[in-house]
Amino acid sequence: MTVFEKPKALTDKPFHYCPGCTHGIIHRLVAEAIDELDIEGRTVGVAPVGCAVMAYDYFACDMVEAAHGRAPAVATGLKRCMPDHIIFTYQGDGDLASIGMAETVHAATRNENITIIFVNNAIYGMTGGQMAPTSLPGQVTQTSPYGRDVATVGLPIKVSELLSSLDAPYYVERVAVNNVKNVRNAKKAIKRAFQNQVEGRGFSLVEVVSSCPTNWGKTPEAALQWIDEKMIPYYPLGVYKDRSKEEEQA
Amino acid sequence: MADKVLMKGNEAIAEAAILAGCRHYFGYPITPQTEIAAYMAKRMPKIGGVFLQAESEISAINMVYGVAGAGFRVMTSSSSPGVSLKQEGISYIAGADLPALIVNVQRGGPGLGGIQPSQSDYFQATKGGGHGDYRLIVLAPSSVQEMADMTAKAFELAEKYRMPAMLLADGTMGQMMEPVELPEPSESKVEKPWAVTGTKKERKHNIINSLYLNPEELERTNFERYERYKTIEENEVLYESYKMEDAEYCVVAFGIAARVSKNAVNAARARGLKVGMIRPITLWPFPKDVLAKAAEQVKGFLSVELSMGQMIEDLRLATACRRPVHLCNRAGGMIPSPEEVLDALNKLKGECEA
Amino acid sequence: MTTQILIAGFGGQGVLFAGKFLAYGGLLSGKQVSWLPSYGPEMRGGTANCSIIISDEPVGSPIVANPDVLMVMNLPSLDKYENATVPGGKIFIDSTLIARKVERTDVDAFYIPATKMAQDAGYPTLANMVLMGKMMKETGLGADCLEAALKKVVSAKRAELLEVNLKALKSGYDYEG
Repeated sequence: MTVFEKPKALTDKPFHYCPGCTHGIIHRLVAEAIDELDIEGRTVGVAPVGCAVMAYDYFACDMVEAAHGRAPAVATGLKRCMPDHIIFTYQGDGDLASIGMAETVHAATRNENITIIFVNNAIYGMTGGQMAPTSLPGQVTQTSPYGRDVATVGLPIKVSELLSSLDAPYYVERVAVNNVKNVRNAKKAIKRAFQNQVEGRGFSLVEVVSSCPTNWGKTPEAALQWIDEKMIPYYPLGVYKDRSKEEEQA
Repeated sequence: MADKVLMKGNEAIAEAAILAGCRHYFGYPITPQTEIAAYMAKRMPKIGGVFLQAESEISAINMVYGVAGAGFRVMTSSSSPGVSLKQEGISYIAGADLPALIVNVQRGGPGLGGIQPSQSDYFQATKGGGHGDYRLIVLAPSSVQEMADMTAKAFELAEKYRMPAMLLADGTMGQMMEPVELPEPSESKVEKPWAVTGTKKERKHNIINSLYLNPEELERTNFERYERYKTIEENEVLYESYKMEDAEYCVVAFGIAARVSKNAVNAARARGLKVGMIRPITLWPFPKDVLAKAAEQVKGFLSVELSMGQMIEDLRLATACRRPVHLCNRAGGMIPSPEEVLDALNKLKGECEA
Repeated sequence: MTTQILIAGFGGQGVLFAGKFLAYGGLLSGKQVSWLPSYGPEMRGGTANCSIIISDEPVGSPIVANPDVLMVMNLPSLDKYENATVPGGKIFIDSTLIARKVERTDVDAFYIPATKMAQDAGYPTLANMVLMGKMMKETGLGADCLEAALKKVVSAKRAELLEVNLKALKSGYDYEG
């Protein structure tokens, strides 16, 4: 009989996340990848500003709390001074795709050998549900109370597609964590993103389509369904950039 | 004579940083400090160091934050508008109690301003340009030799007190060449058990952080930090006293303004006016005590600044307004001439004797 | 004794280089020196100048507003700085590029066809050093360690440049006009 255990790369601190929030699952997947690659002792994680701001309490490796959007720059500093360490950032959509877009794009185009876990739940969670750069057209939030009006605020940013248009980044994949199959795929992608770094391949980003039942105003179950019905059609899952494939073909 | 080389102030900073064991530089081009970045770009790859031109000043300072968190000597440099962009990161570095060096080779402002020398970032540097309660150790060199010496000193103080230090120069100091004797190589001697260098699974994880949601806890960190600041104010004040022994009037100036003022002091003395100068080398901690003491001796003070008058506020506070304090200033990239300083001294004398 | 020197011309004429060489000359003769360039976009084809101070005392302000010695390589610079020169000062003029004479009568003016001399000798970019040679001769500044100073500003990897710079300096030094 397999006993369900907490990954060693997580501390015993209980998560503060809302009921039904998928941050817990994603934290676990990251920790499992760290355990399986046996890299905890040389890993430094960078926490964002957003719901995962206190991720520094949850991961057992050394952690740095970055300013809003700056995690890729902080991670760049850490990686450049400790090239043999494993450096990852854990960022939400406002952090990575709005205020931190410059840091994200430039870390990608430098093919900075870091791992980015990008949690896209189409909303600002920590501040109570405002419109994110990834909020869907028509999506109702505190700052788009009549629904996201694409005529005035534009269309959502598709981060994986955008980054894959760059030549440099090594690996970009979009996954989801709304059902068992998707969680298993997400695990594979996240582990690969860390494995790439261990092998010195370069910039690896996994976009995780995620839910926010509290700010979406849905039950946890309905939120997971909404991912299937609304999020994934707009944000199709799959590998967007894989230079190992490009290298094979070359 | 020791083997002196002619170096630009900017180059002296860069080489002195390397000699002080700094192997990580992050920056973004801006006049008049770009020589620092160019020098680092040339030298760092040859000595196993890191030079990285960041996508912005904001990114550069956050790269510094990362490296500082890992416990390595690290620096960035910029000029006024770029240093404004760095303020967010500087506040985080202060809040996370990390040592780092930030160089500001000032130019005229506000806004895009100009590219000529200025000292109008005095408030920003000494009063906390970013948000929250914090201080920077601010060193104001007045010669290329001091640019080199103060760079080494800044790294040392930053580590000793676990806080960011700033070298506050200006376009003239950055661009001018003078003979310089480079400091001996040094390195960090401070243990950094707090650094995020990987747990090796041998210790509890370290966290570099400035977030405290519990206000009591945040308050405690603020009070602790200010206790440290008090120690610095007691122990680390640096200044130069020039011809003050018998002075009846005291010029207060730093950096390039002090160079100009030195000529004026000598010209005044040649005309029989007993003038001396106190040159703050640390702008924070400000040499309050020596100025308070000078107020017992002299009849008046003249603050000479390349700004609309910023340091003069600290001068008035330090002397408790016990003597007249005049301002001799140029702004926007202009530099007062020794004659202008001399005129201002004569006016000061006139008022004090009236 | 303090000598304040201003060297001015167009960007690209080697004004800053000549000044650096002179500053080294002062340094190697055991003096205190400073060198301060104009900087910014004007470096590219606009006017460029640099202030050099050579002194027995520590240098105060590095800015030269009223030069004891003025060396000019274009007309705008002569127009701008002629009246700023101290009475009794010396003005060195590239007479190939500046047609007019100095109007002041209380300064010593030296006219050297530096650009023509440099062109004729086959080192057209070294008019600055021809003019500098004459200035060193007339002022004595750094003249005793000219070669050593040159070695400080010319890369050791480019020894051929050393020789040609030296030639240019000497031609100016020996010029009697």
